[in-house]
Amino acid sequence: MTATTTTSAPQATGPSPAGTPARRSFNLNSVLVEGRALIALLIIIAIFAVLSDNYLSAGNLTTITKQVAFNAIVALGMLLVILNGGIDLSVGSTVGLTAAVAGNLFRGLNLPLSQAVMFPQVWVIVVLSVAVGMFVGWVNGLLIARLNLAPFITTLGMLYVARGLTEVLLNGQNITNELSGQPYLNNTGFFTVFASRPLGLPISAWVMILFAVIFSIVLTRTPFGRWLYATGSNERAAQLSGVPVKKVQTRIYVLSGLCAGVVGILQMANISSSTADLGTYYELNAIAAVVIGGAALSGGRGTVRGTIIGAFVIGFLANGLVIVGVSPFWQKVITGAVIILAVAVDQIQQIIGKRRNARRAVAAVRQGDAARAA
Amino acid sequence: MSDHQRSAATAVQDRATGEVVLRAIDISKTYGVTRALKGVNFEVRRGQVTVLFGENGAGKSTLMKILSGVEKPTGGQLELDGEPIDLVSTTDAVDRGISIIHQELNLCSNLSVRDNIFIGRELRSRTGGIAYARESEITRTLMERLEEPIRPTTLVQDLRVGQQQIVEIARALQTDTRILIMDEPTSALSAAEVEVLFKVIRELTSQGVAIVYISHHLEEAIEIADHAVVFRDGELVATEEAANIDLPWVVRQMVGREADYDFRDAPRDYGDVALSVQNVTVAELDTGRVAVNDVSIDVRQGEIVCLYGLMGAGRTELMEAIAGRDPISGGRILLGGTDLGTSSVKDRIALGLGLVPEDRQRDGLVQMMSVGANMSLPSLLSTVKNAFIQRRAERSNVEREMSDVRVKAAGPGALITSLSGGNQQKVVIGKMLLTAPKVLLLDEPTRGIDVGAKGEIFSLLFREAQKGLAVLYVTSEVGEALTASHRLLVMSRGRIVRELDPRTCTRDEVMAASGEHEVVADQLDHGGTASDRPAGRVSPAAPTTASADPDGAS
Repeated sequence: MTATTTTSAPQATGPSPAGTPARRSFNLNSVLVEGRALIALLIIIAIFAVLSDNYLSAGNLTTITKQVAFNAIVALGMLLVILNGGIDLSVGSTVGLTAAVAGNLFRGLNLPLSQAVMFPQVWVIVVLSVAVGMFVGWVNGLLIARLNLAPFITTLGMLYVARGLTEVLLNGQNITNELSGQPYLNNTGFFTVFASRPLGLPISAWVMILFAVIFSIVLTRTPFGRWLYATGSNERAAQLSGVPVKKVQTRIYVLSGLCAGVVGILQMANISSSTADLGTYYELNAIAAVVIGGAALSGGRGTVRGTIIGAFVIGFLANGLVIVGVSPFWQKVITGAVIILAVAVDQIQQIIGKRRNARRAVAAVRQGDAARAA
Repeated sequence: MSDHQRSAATAVQDRATGEVVLRAIDISKTYGVTRALKGVNFEVRRGQVTVLFGENGAGKSTLMKILSGVEKPTGGQLELDGEPIDLVSTTDAVDRGISIIHQELNLCSNLSVRDNIFIGRELRSRTGGIAYARESEITRTLMERLEEPIRPTTLVQDLRVGQQQIVEIARALQTDTRILIMDEPTSALSAAEVEVLFKVIRELTSQGVAIVYISHHLEEAIEIADHAVVFRDGELVATEEAANIDLPWVVRQMVGREADYDFRDAPRDYGDVALSVQNVTVAELDTGRVAVNDVSIDVRQGEIVCLYGLMGAGRTELMEAIAGRDPISGGRILLGGTDLGTSSVKDRIALGLGLVPEDRQRDGLVQMMSVGANMSLPSLLSTVKNAFIQRRAERSNVEREMSDVRVKAAGPGALITSLSGGNQQKVVIGKMLLTAPKVLLLDEPTRGIDVGAKGEIFSLLFREAQKGLAVLYVTSEVGEALTASHRLLVMSRGRIVRELDPRTCTRDEVMAASGEHEVVADQLDHGGTASDRPAGRVSPAAPTTASADPDGAS
C-alpha cells in the first residue's frame, strides 16, 4: 500500500487509544454515529419547546435532570456490563433492596445475643446499603465469570431474589418516618445531604456528573477500561493477550451493583420513603439509554457520553409527553418506538459504513493494478 | 431424479469423454486489500475427481466459496453446462446441483439423520405436516447406496465423525447434486473411514457426479484424483491428468520456485535452555481425548525450533497448554528453569512466554480496536503510571514496534480490520514482542498470508533469535519447515515422532514421519483405525528412497 491509499483507510471509532486519528482527519460518518443520539435529543427538545411554554422552564428542567440522573447512574453501570457483552437485569431490584436495607438500618439493628438495638450513623447506613448493592453485583459476577452462567439468566434470577428480599425486609410496610432520624439516636441528617441542591442542582445530578467523569476516565485512560473493551470485543484474544478476563468480568457487575445501590439511596431520599416497588423497571430504562447512546449489545462498543445522552433522550421524551398531555398508554408506545428507531438507525449506519469500506478497498486495489500496469 | 438415472446410464461414456459441466472463466476475488484469486480459469468434468492442490492461502478455499455460492466473485464468470450463471446464494447453487461439504461438518447434532438430510427442504404431507415416513424411506435408500446402513432416526451426535460425513454426502445426494465439492473431507477421519469415503467417491463418479476435492494429505489426494489442479498465490499454475502426476510434481508446483526465504545457513549460537517441556500430556476437557501424549521439547536461547505436523496432530493443544490457556494433565513446563505450574496466561506473559495463536481472527486480534490498541494490549501495564495509561509512552512503543515488524498501516489509529492478512499477523507478532518475551510460541504463523509476507515474518523471527529469543513454531507446510528453522521436530498423533536437521533431511522424510504416507498404506492393508496404531510408524508403501533410511538425518 502506498501513502495515498492508506490515508483513506477506515479509522477506529470509539475510544482510539495509541494515536487519536480523529484529530487528524475529519470523518463525517463518525460524527454522525457519535452525534446521532445528540441530534435526536435536540429534535425532541425543539418539538416540545414549541408545543409547551413550560417545557424549558427552570423548574421543569430541574425535574427532568433529577429523573434523568437516576436512570443515567444505573445506565453507567449497565454500560460497563454491556461493553463486556453481558446484561444486568437485576439492577432495578438492587435499587429497591438497597433502599430497603437502608430503611431498616434507620429503624435500628437488632443485635443478636443481646436485647440491644443499634442505630448506626447516617454515613454508616449509606455505606452499608451501597455495599449490599455491590455484594449483589459480586454474586452476579462470580456466577457469570467463574461458573460461566449466562448473564441474562443469572441476573434475571437475581432480579427475583433481590426484589423478594426487598419485600421480606419491608414486610408490606413502607419506611418513611424513621428516615429523618432522631437527635438522641444520633442518626439525623440524611435528607440534609441527600435531598440537598448544591448550586441549585439536585444532588443526584451532581452524583451523575461525578460518576460520568470517573467512568469516562476509567474507560479511556486506565488498563481496566482498555481490558473491558478488549474482552467485550474478543474475549479469547484478550485472554491470550494476558488480560485477566474473569477479574474484569466480576468487577463490572460489582460496579453495576454499586451504581444501583447509590441510586437506591438517592431515590429513597427523593421520595422520602423506602418502598417495595422502588426501582421497578429501572433495568429496562438503563438498557434503553445505553443502546440509544450507540453501544452494541454484543459488546466492545459504547461510550459514557453516548449513555448520558441516551438517558437524557429518554428523560426529555418522557417529560415532554407528559407535559403536552399525551395519554400514559401512548407514552409507552412512543418511547418504545424511539428505542427501536435508535437501534435501527445504528444498524443501517453500520451496513452503509461496511459497504463504503468495501468500495474503498476495491477502488484502492484497482488503483494499485492500474499503477502496476502503467 | 431422472437426471441421476440418465447420468448413471451414460456414466461410462462420460468417464471417457469427461465432458465439462462447470467452468470458471477468469474468476477473481478481492478481500479488502488482499487479492485471493487473480483471474482463475478452471474446469470440472462429469464423473471425474478434480483435486485442488495448493498451500494455505493459495486461493483454493476462496474458489470453492465462489463455486458454492457462499461468495460472489469480484470479476469473471461461471458457466454451468455452457450457460453463464450467477450464483446468488448457497441455496441457488444447491438448486443448480452444486453442493459443498465443509471441513467443519454442518450438521445439527441434536437432530436425527433423517431430519438433517431434509433440513430446510422437508417433504410435506397432505395435511401440511412433515412426511416423516417418506423421508425415512428415502434416507434408508440413500444410506444403503452409501453402504452405511444407519437408521434414519439415529441422532447425529451418536455417530462417529466418518459416519457424519457420510450423512453430509447423503444430504448432498438427496438434492440431486451433480457437482460435489469436498473441502478437507479426511482431516478428521480414521484410515478405515477414509477407505470407505474413497469407495463412496468412486461410486458417485461412476454415477456421473463430478467431485471437486481439496486435501492437505497430498498422497491421499493423488490417490483419488482424475485431474490435478495446482494453485499458488491466487493463481492457477498447473493442470494435469492424474496419470502424469506424482508427489514431487505436486510439491514442486505448489511451492513454485523455491520460496524466497531460506534460513538454513542462519547463525546457530544458542544459549541456555529457555523453554523446557518435560513429558507433557494434555487431555481435552470436553472429550477426554488425549491430544498431546508425553511430549518433551527443549528450546535454547537464540534457537528456532519448528514443529511440523498435520492438523489434529495435537500441535495447537500443545502450544495452548505451554501458553497456559489449557491445563496440562501430566508433566511439567519450565521457563528458564522455573516450573510454570498452573500459572495463568497473564502470569506467563509477565514471565516472558508469549503465544501467537493459530487463528488470527478468533484468538489474535480484537477487531473493534485500532492497530495501536491491539499492539499494546499485552504490554499495557508497562505503560501505566499512577493507575493511568501514559498515552505518549504507549504511542511511542507502538510506533517503534510497528516499524520494527514493518506493519504497513495508516498509523496506530487505523482499524485493525483494514489491514491485509500478512500485516495483521505482523501486528499479532509485534504485540507479543512488545512484552519482551524470552520465549515466543507461534502457531501456524504464516497461515493465509502471501509469500512475500512469509519471508518477512521469518526474517523478523531470525533477527529476534539473533538477540537471544527462543522460538518454537508450528507449521503444516513442509517447505517452511525445511527452510526456516534450526531444528525440526515432527509431531503425529500427539507425540513427537522424529527430530530432524533441516539442513540435511528431505521433504519425504518429514512427510513420512508425520504419517502422511501411512494413511494410504493402511487402506491397502486394511489396517485398524488411526488411534490404535503405533505412532510414527514409517509405512512400507512410502515410495522414496529417503524414507527407506529412517535414520539418515538424525
